[in-house]
Amino acid sequence: MTLADVLGTALASLRSNILRTLLTMLGIVIGIAAVITLTAASEGAQQGVGDQIRGLGSNLLFIRPGLEETDGIQLPGSGVSLFLEDSRAIEKANFEYIDAIAAQGTVGGPGDFIGAQAIYLGQNKSTMLLATEPSYPFVRDFYVDNGRFLTEEDLTKKSLVVVLGGDVADDLFDTEDPVGKTIRISVGAGPISIGFNFTVVGVMERRGASANTDQDDVIIVPMPTLQARISLIRDPRGRTNIDQINIKLKNRDEIDQAKEEIGQLLMALHAVDSPDFRIQSQSDILDTATQVERSLQVLVVSIALISLFVGGIGIMNIMLVSVTERTREIGIRKAIGAKRMDILWQFLIESIVVTTMGGALGVLAGVGATEIAERFNIGGDTQYVITPLWIMVGFAVAAITGLFAGVYPAWQASRLDPIEALRHE
Amino acid sequence: MISLTGITKIYTVGTQRVAALNGVDLEIEDGEFLSIMGPSGSGKSTLMNIIGCLDRQTEGDYMLDGVNVRRLVDNQLAMLRNRRLGFVFQSFNLLPRMSAIDQVALPLLYRGATNRKRAAAAALKLVGLEDRMDHKPTQLSGGQQQRVAIARSLVTRPAIILADEPTGALDSKTSMDVMAVFRSLNEELGITIAFVTHEHDVAYYTRRIISLLDGKVVGDERNVPSFERDGDETAHAPAAPASIAEAPS
Repeated sequence: MTLADVLGTALASLRSNILRTLLTMLGIVIGIAAVITLTAASEGAQQGVGDQIRGLGSNLLFIRPGLEETDGIQLPGSGVSLFLEDSRAIEKANFEYIDAIAAQGTVGGPGDFIGAQAIYLGQNKSTMLLATEPSYPFVRDFYVDNGRFLTEEDLTKKSLVVVLGGDVADDLFDTEDPVGKTIRISVGAGPISIGFNFTVVGVMERRGASANTDQDDVIIVPMPTLQARISLIRDPRGRTNIDQINIKLKNRDEIDQAKEEIGQLLMALHAVDSPDFRIQSQSDILDTATQVERSLQVLVVSIALISLFVGGIGIMNIMLVSVTERTREIGIRKAIGAKRMDILWQFLIESIVVTTMGGALGVLAGVGATEIAERFNIGGDTQYVITPLWIMVGFAVAAITGLFAGVYPAWQASRLDPIEALRHE
Repeated sequence: MISLTGITKIYTVGTQRVAALNGVDLEIEDGEFLSIMGPSGSGKSTLMNIIGCLDRQTEGDYMLDGVNVRRLVDNQLAMLRNRRLGFVFQSFNLLPRMSAIDQVALPLLYRGATNRKRAAAAALKLVGLEDRMDHKPTQLSGGQQQRVAIARSLVTRPAIILADEPTGALDSKTSMDVMAVFRSLNEELGITIAFVTHEHDVAYYTRRIISLLDGKVVGDERNVPSFERDGDETAHAPAAPASIAEAPS
């Protein structure tokens, strides 16, 4: 028998029970599609996060409170251990490697139990308030596109002025120019909320979403204004809680020295022996994020491979049933001259054909599902990156699964005694 | 030419040894038209399985065309079954969901032959089924199914066709049709036909009747086939299909 004949025989018998063949295939189709879609999502997320973190700038340091991360919920004044006074102290210390410092505090960000709403005429948008200083654009390399940013004067006067992120400007004003307009911002938790009218002085350039916050979905206010108006973020001891101190260094070679010296200064200020804050550079954040993404990818790929494995067991099961069911057929084939290898190959090729066709359909389904997810923005701004590597891995795993799932049933079939097989009902 | 000497087949059931065949000596010349008769349990099916190289004897020698079958390995037996032997079963044993022409071409597939469809079509024509080539077993009558099975057994031009109760599942009219097909294969193509049967009608249709009892040959006699006897009602069996002479190359 030539390979073409074996293939023909296998295809004919698969075609003769097409529904069963398709159902058997389904396990592999879903498995491969899952591998491709999930790896595309995790690969995309990994690249996206990497790009955004690299976009932060390589000579930046971020200082954050150490106890911030209880489920992402911060209770004002409890466990928060970073203050505007810390930022001022670092400035006063006059480290020669520091280029600029900008402290920031947020209200209404993701996970914050206090919500912030911006209202203009009928439009209403839930967003995040970011209180900061005039140095912020320079430090974060994130500039105003229209109008102006906050000034020292805004700070000293505690002016009721805001700079809008791109998304907020679009949502509230559509095509209208927001600069000079008055919006109402209401801040609160549950039924308790307070509102103020602010004048829009500028609109930020577009930045896109970062790892956990959308930098375009933000309203920037002067730090002292927020401090004075919204008592919720005031510390009982009169200090001002902040979320983050952004430090721009002159030179990235001094990152380690800066982390060390600034860390010592803050520990002295907080009177603690071990840091109750975190100092991270871009590469630290990148490392952490990459690690998180890697373990996520391992998880995702394991799940996908398990579903492939289950599909493989399904195929083996069907092949075993099929051998039993076709015992008589095997007997007939042997009686008219089929050799052991002919029977072995027939069943093995059947199994491999099912999985490879399943694999091919799975690749199509996976690519299709990815396209759909991307087009309809399923998973928010997640990017999907289909890698040829995973297509090949999925396909190879499918074919190997078919081989393994088919070997035992095929071997059993080939060993059947022709007389016994012919007697089988 | 088939030559059996001292063929014994012993089955071990638990601790008991049961002899299905007990020293069978038998010679079958090329071109014979014979039947092996016996009640059930006489060992006739076992004998047929051994002659058909589906089973191996416990003792004795089986020479097929001068080759001692005892010495052959599985693959060689498969090759013998494919090239020298044809089988026709009581229950037809066609593959479900496969068209007549594909069924008939199957032995040629295992031989690795080319032009399989043409040879299969010729074989189907020989048994008078040229208009049923694409029919599946479920679309054929019992007699037609058995004729497909006969076409499958003869497509490889075997030296001998072994038929195990070939008419057992057919009514008497269809039975005679099928027997006539066998007869014409024997007469026109010179293929040795051996029936295994317990029906006297079938046995009397052949030229030699071998009787088996308790695993031994108890009778071996020449017979004037019923179709050659005057006044016998089976003499009116239909003639073989006219196309029988057009053998494929």
